[in-house]
Amino acid sequence: MSVANRPVHRPLSPHLQVYRPQLTSVLSILHRATGVALAVGALYLALWVICATSPRAYVTFQSFNTSLLGRFVLGGWLFSAFYHLCNGIRHLFWDAGYGFELKDAYRSGWIVVGVSLVATIVSWIVGLRLI
Amino acid sequence: MTDRRTPLARARGLGSAKEGVHHWWAQRLTAIALIPLVVWFAISLVMLSGADYQVVRAWIASPLVMVMLILTIGIGLHHGQLGLQVVWEDYTEGAFRVVMIVLTKFLAVLFGLGAIIAILRIGFGG
Repeated sequence: MSVANRPVHRPLSPHLQVYRPQLTSVLSILHRATGVALAVGALYLALWVICATSPRAYVTFQSFNTSLLGRFVLGGWLFSAFYHLCNGIRHLFWDAGYGFELKDAYRSGWIVVGVSLVATIVSWIVGLRLI
Repeated sequence: MTDRRTPLARARGLGSAKEGVHHWWAQRLTAIALIPLVVWFAISLVMLSGADYQVVRAWIASPLVMVMLILTIGIGLHHGQLGLQVVWEDYTEGAFRVVMIVLTKFLAVLFGLGAIIAILRIGFGG
């Protein structure tokens, strides 16, 4: 085996569970998790519009939406959307070079948590009142 | 600049194909576009709670909603598949990774095209 081919055993970063969860890391993981959920949700949204072409298909689709599981999925979609939206804006500021100080990263993190929770709860209340 | 790669790495020629920059920019541009679109869609979705079939159909058929919905679904799916590609790249490898990335992109195009045709059909009365 040549020198270049030999596997290199570089030091690996310790496993995630040895770290105490911090706001910054938890929000980062949540950004990816809600992103994956929203990608699946986008397929669901497309399916909703496709089903709207036929009354029969729409009834079937709606019977899931109005079930308890359906309500949970739609409510979860709203939270994912608001959270990923707010934290996405935070990321765009970082991309532009702003807010990298630890203090700023924590402050913007808490703002994201606050705004997305308030938006989620307001949308749940309004939505449930209209049903 | 000194090339720090091993001779084998240089011979294999796997390096930047300048695709990463385009991926990065596309993800940011779609993100910016999605800010107003997602706000609009989330409000619409809440306002449509409890609406029956005729109401939803009439809502989709209005020209402004048609444009906004096509933009939201199209750009949303594009942004989503860019993100999922990175997720597959981070956690999977080899043939499985390639298959999943291709599948993700195919699904995004399939559902996107289906949704756009459905919206046009509802709007133009097919």
